[in-house]
Amino acid sequence: MKILVCISNVPDTTTKIKFAAGNTSIETAGIQWVINPWDELSLTRALELKDDVSSGIKSVTVIHVGPATAEPTIRKALAIGADDAIRVNAVSSDAWFVAAQIAEVVKKEQFDMILCGIESSDYNGSIVGGMISEFLGIPSVSAVSGIKVENGQPVMVREIDGGKEIVTVPLPFVAIVQKGIAKEPRIAAMRGIMMARSKSIKLVEPSTIEPLTEIVEYEKPAPRAACKFIDAENPALLLELLQNEAKVI
Amino acid sequence: MSVLVYTENWEGKFKKLSFELVSYATGVSKMLNTTVTAVSIGKVDESELIKLGNYGANKIISVNNEKLITLDSQVYASVLSEISIKDNASVIIISNNNTGKAIAPRLSVRLKAGVGSGVSRLPLSLNPFTVYKRTYSGNAYAHLVIKTDIKILTLAQNSFDVFETGGTATIEHHDPAFEGSSVKTVVRDVQKQSGRILLTDADIVVSGGRGMKSPDNWPPLVELANLLGAATACSRPVSDEGWRPHEEHTGQTGKIIAPNLYIAVGISGATQHLAGISSSKYIVAINSDKDAPIFEAAQYGIVGDAMKVLPKLVEAVKEIKK
Repeated sequence: MKILVCISNVPDTTTKIKFAAGNTSIETAGIQWVINPWDELSLTRALELKDDVSSGIKSVTVIHVGPATAEPTIRKALAIGADDAIRVNAVSSDAWFVAAQIAEVVKKEQFDMILCGIESSDYNGSIVGGMISEFLGIPSVSAVSGIKVENGQPVMVREIDGGKEIVTVPLPFVAIVQKGIAKEPRIAAMRGIMMARSKSIKLVEPSTIEPLTEIVEYEKPAPRAACKFIDAENPALLLELLQNEAKVI
Repeated sequence: MSVLVYTENWEGKFKKLSFELVSYATGVSKMLNTTVTAVSIGKVDESELIKLGNYGANKIISVNNEKLITLDSQVYASVLSEISIKDNASVIIISNNNTGKAIAPRLSVRLKAGVGSGVSRLPLSLNPFTVYKRTYSGNAYAHLVIKTDIKILTLAQNSFDVFETGGTATIEHHDPAFEGSSVKTVVRDVQKQSGRILLTDADIVVSGGRGMKSPDNWPPLVELANLLGAATACSRPVSDEGWRPHEEHTGQTGKIIAPNLYIAVGISGATQHLAGISSSKYIVAINSDKDAPIFEAAQYGIVGDAMKVLPKLVEAVKEIKK
């Protein structure tokens, strides 16, 4: 069984976002780029599954749609333990574009299990994974917080409103994963970093795909009013403000 | 032409989320000068369906097919796609909850419709069709232009006020064309939480962080939540430590919530935590460090040790509830 993990290259989650070019793009100077947190958890879980020989998983490949500047992030995924990587050499323009490029690659190279993070911390779209599955016409399970392989069959925990379901689908399929899938992201060890240098990143030229959406402007969230401090000895005043000023209790 | 809205039900009942969606769809339909069609999948009584009319739905299409008891995103997308085409929908509204995230992208590919996900306001303009959406985990908002004829918008939960129009709707029953064998998702088991207010539904949330010091210190926080009819939540370190279940983790990689009131107890307010709660209408912070970033996000603050402040707050709430 072969796993494909889709990874997005995003600003470190503590980045102070600044805009450039008349608020039409993000100022990238000084940004630390990292593997999207949900993708990092997917990769960790994929490697845990592969570590268990009984799962029958032979390889874990990562795929990224982006320019050469994303290679350090891909190398990091290889250092964490992915066997190899594919980079579609294009500047990603929207979710449709990225999903279609990945689907084109999957059509040529067979994968049994495709893992995608439920969203990326930059565009917060939550759409790429579902789109890949529909482009390929294969099942998808979303909001997956646990996955294992039993007798060659994926068994997943799907989060639903107010509970969980234990779900299975036939191979090949896309699992769109969220928090809980792995306890903590795996960290690259020195040996992994050394080994990553000799692992291959296969370069794929993009297919011609027109994006469907475009971000034309960014704005900052509206600033909040200054905090009103209430004496710790007088919580009744807080309740009065919540009742009469904010009107929320 | 219509604005189509998918209204999920929970054991045959709608909830506030469903009415928010219909209210939003009604707002969009007014901009486009068209009508609202609500689609319901599952066994929902007519007395329940008709409620959607009160929020502006003109027509309700009810699909009740036993094969659709399980959420199979592939089949759900095909059913919604068939209805969208039949109804000549130009805008499709879906919740940005787990179900919506499962269906919307598949529907997008079927209809070649651009998606604006996590929108929190009515479209900024119709030509070009521009929506306002959260990006960078709430640190920036984008004006996103959708270039396709059909647009799919997923609405952020608790971001749009429900309004009653007093309207009435017609109900149609629809039998979708799909093969039973196309349902590939098999649900082996369901584990439901019962009796607790769902975090994503709650109007008030009481949340604890590392400042709570130990999992044994949670009872007064839970008591406060019970008194206020609130759900309980926690920060990431707390769920990582296993002090609270991961379902309670709010923040960038956990749940993104937007309650009317969020009470953060012993939470310093790291960027990643604020990403999950910054859309709350009011934030109250209780923290011993007066320089903690949570106070920059909060409207009301108490500087003090959580374990000392919480019991007093509980007593004060009991006093006003008398």
